Amino acid sequence: MSSEIYDHLHGDYLDGNAAAGELSKIFVMDVTAAAGQCAHCGATKRFAEAHLYMQSPGVVARCPVCEHVLLRLVTVRQRVFLDMRGMRYLSLDT
Amino acid sequence: MIWRVGTVVALRDETPSARSITLELPDWPGHLAGQHVDVRLTAADGYSAVRSYSIASAPNPERRVELSVERLPNGEVSPYLTRELKVGDQLELRGPIGGWFVWRPQQTESIQLIAGGSGIVPLMAMIRSRASAGSSAPFRLLYSVREPGAVWYRDELRALSDRDQSVSVAYAYTRATPRGWPRPPGRIDAALIAGMTWPPNLSATCYVCGPTSFVESAAGLLSASGNSPDKIRTERFGPTGDRQ
Repeated sequence: MSSEIYDHLHGDYLDGNAAAGELSKIFVMDVTAAAGQCAHCGATKRFAEAHLYMQSPGVVARCPVCEHVLLRLVTVRQRVFLDMRGMRYLSLDT
Repeated sequence: MIWRVGTVVALRDETPSARSITLELPDWPGHLAGQHVDVRLTAADGYSAVRSYSIASAPNPERRVELSVERLPNGEVSPYLTRELKVGDQLELRGPIGGWFVWRPQQTESIQLIAGGSGIVPLMAMIRSRASAGSSAPFRLLYSVREPGAVWYRDELRALSDRDQSVSVAYAYTRATPRGWPRPPGRIDAALIAGMTWPPNLSATCYVCGPTSFVESAAGLLSASGNSPDKIRTERFGPTGDRQ
């Protein structure tokens, strides 16, 4: 697998796995195996199953069922912005 | 998660456009088959680029990580990794990453692997992990590639499946086949899934990795043939242009 293959072609999505490195700046635990509920349609899926759009300037994860935005992650210089309002909750194994 | 420095200890060409890179990381915490790493290259002027690559190697006590990288004509990172990188050079890595698309040696159920092109990498780590852990879990790999010359890990896959009856490898060619091959070149279809994958009543866990369009298609066919969507795990890396 290589995210570079994605980089020079666009318009398609990756999956939640591809955001895990960036999200590790924020979360102590691995989020790919975490279950998250979409605030729009209520589907509960593993974060690894989310559809991920990595067109700059940030990362957008969408629900694999209804395609509503679950999470947005943008890094501006030394600051990271995380917007998770599209996710009702995230549950992780401890 | 911190950035770690790894030293290149071996390079091996898989095909004219793909190379396997083995790195040694003194403080590597260990990984699971199927996980990936982020690689960061930083230029002299401070500009840096990060790319994700799946780990090809099984977990090992030597703290080594093998990555296999396909060179993309207009890539920022892959031409450097596949052409310029030398033994002794250092790379920055962040990982291991991902806890969902993984195979653990404790898993005893039948495993179905489906790879499209360079999607073979994390699945190869699973096959290698099975061998190094002495697992007897039945494994089947269906590997879709453009043509015979585009197969990665060819000799090792043959050796592993010759040695162990519980590992089988089937190829599907999309552009050109070896001479006398029974199936004309083409994409994976329902007949191939029915003929080359575990019967759905075995409830095999399925791992599918490849370009997005390939993964969508293969996962859809697995599901349509009676496999439960709960047993199908996918990893996508976007379209390659020439569909596998």
